[in-house]
Amino acid sequence: MNLQFLMDGLVVGATLALGATGVTLTYANLRFANFAHGEFLSWGAYLSMTLAGLAGSLLGAPLAAREPFSIGVGLLGCALVAAALTGGLALLIDAVLFRRLRERGTAVTAVMASFGVSMALRALLEALYTTRPRYYSQELQIALPLAEGMRATPDQLAVCAVTVLLATGVTLLIGRTAIGRRMRAVAENPSLAAVVGVDVAAVIRATWLLGGALAAVAGVALGLLVQVRPSMGAELLLPMFAAAIVGGIGSVPGALIGGVIVGVAEATTVRFIGAEWRAAVSFALLIAVLLVRPSGLFGRRA
Amino acid sequence: MSGAWTGWLAYAASFGVMVLIQGVACLGLNLQWGQTGLFNVGVAGFVAVGAYTSALLTSAAVDGRLGGYELPLVIGVVAAMAAGGLVSAAVGALTLRLRSDYLAIATFGIAVVVDLVARNAAGLTGGTLGISFIPRPFEALAERPLTFALATFALVAAVTLLAYLLLERLVASPWGRVLRAIREDERAAASLGKSAASYRLQAFTVGGALMGLAGALQAHTLGFISPENFAAAVTFQVWAMLVVGGTGNNRGVLLGALLVSALWSATGLATAAAFPPEEQARAAALRIVAIGVLLSATILWRPRGLLGERTAVSRHLDD
Repeated sequence: MNLQFLMDGLVVGATLALGATGVTLTYANLRFANFAHGEFLSWGAYLSMTLAGLAGSLLGAPLAAREPFSIGVGLLGCALVAAALTGGLALLIDAVLFRRLRERGTAVTAVMASFGVSMALRALLEALYTTRPRYYSQELQIALPLAEGMRATPDQLAVCAVTVLLATGVTLLIGRTAIGRRMRAVAENPSLAAVVGVDVAAVIRATWLLGGALAAVAGVALGLLVQVRPSMGAELLLPMFAAAIVGGIGSVPGALIGGVIVGVAEATTVRFIGAEWRAAVSFALLIAVLLVRPSGLFGRRA
Repeated sequence: MSGAWTGWLAYAASFGVMVLIQGVACLGLNLQWGQTGLFNVGVAGFVAVGAYTSALLTSAAVDGRLGGYELPLVIGVVAAMAAGGLVSAAVGALTLRLRSDYLAIATFGIAVVVDLVARNAAGLTGGTLGISFIPRPFEALAERPLTFALATFALVAAVTLLAYLLLERLVASPWGRVLRAIREDERAAASLGKSAASYRLQAFTVGGALMGLAGALQAHTLGFISPENFAAAVTFQVWAMLVVGGTGNNRGVLLGALLVSALWSATGLATAAAFPPEEQARAAALRIVAIGVLLSATILWRPRGLLGERTAVSRHLDD
């Protein structure tokens, strides 16, 4: 049997893992399911594209690709700036909307507000860039043969490597640094954390910044591997939620593993049932986890 | 009457039908969120379940598609409510005992899956082409557009009024009081022997049945449904109606339905006039941005909406 679908699942799973990490962090520290998180992926992808276009016109030539990848250091730099900008966008939306809802003690309406934000952000992209799909690069890539008849393009391998790097970084950040410890404290109990001197507002800012930045990287990866469209992030929202819940809400390693599980499950479905049912996989996984183990793999309580 | 007038009146009647149908779905959402505090981010999915159920049962048979039983409309509508309620009950049973946001995520998933089935299971739903030739009441009057439009409006208005009055009774009843008690303080309600889980499930189910009813009404007034009729934007609009009109207030819901629909249609006419054809898609996107901003602004500055929930403690107390 050709195991190519496993490779494809891993690559998609890597993107999902980065997105789901943001979902799970927001959920743990701010205590609401952010329906606008998918839009951070899309905005990250479009911001990178726009920055690359700007840089290209400043230099007088489009950013060069570095063999064997279809993009070069230039776009990588643009992606980093876009990640910072997307984190900034998340902070801005928090300052304008979510923070005020928190201060008023009506955090329950935050889910609804995030749904409104998601529609508005996506429609804004459609208004700015239209729904026409775009690509970072038109170059065709030859897939390299790996083990067991599996193949992967250099871009796919690069995305997997970046994900492993970022996943390790985030896990160390949450587990080993001062800000990570404060984040865990706020996730546990914000009032108690505040009592012992944790700056809860700063933790929340760090959460948005980190979640937004990771989402932007996921968006660039998705744009690189598939295409850039205004609805790209929204379509990944259910898989990201599923990944976060499968892994256990609040757990960063859980979100990473959950992402890979959802990605591989999707690829398996595409291979054996049909591509049109891909989006139902996340829902099936979600329902299965809610039935069997609502706390997920690494979560504590649901 | 002159031709222009009859045209306007027919337009007004069909606009009214649209407002009332979304109003019925919004009444269901108000029971779920307004009275009971349950998030439903998949309103469009529940409406679609109702619409497809009734369409399949009442329309004529088509080769290669299930359904086509030509049952009476009333049976279709009742089945649509049952289907909407049943799907809600299933989702509710699964998620209501968990953290509140799980319900939101699960309902979002339901909407995605319903959309997927509507698009891909062509043998059941007609796929992207949808289902056409759904029987409409007063089909015999179709020759005279104005009479047809007014009769349809009268019927939909009567159904909406019935749903409204029923809900007002329910909300004022001891049952409605328990819902609000659970929403405000679950532990206090439980200490009085009320099972929060059971009441939540009941409210969620009845709300879903109302969304199914809205779907059936839509199918039988348009005579045609396709996946496009149940896009995520529908959920978004129904939520905007609830929040703008007044969460927890059924009259506010209907006012919100009127205002948001009017705003939607007015901005549609304005952008159609102001933008060249090639920019129409962008202009349509800007309308959604506008509704999103309206929704967020209302949540921020007027969280009670235009007509807020009536204070239940005493009319002598200000909130």
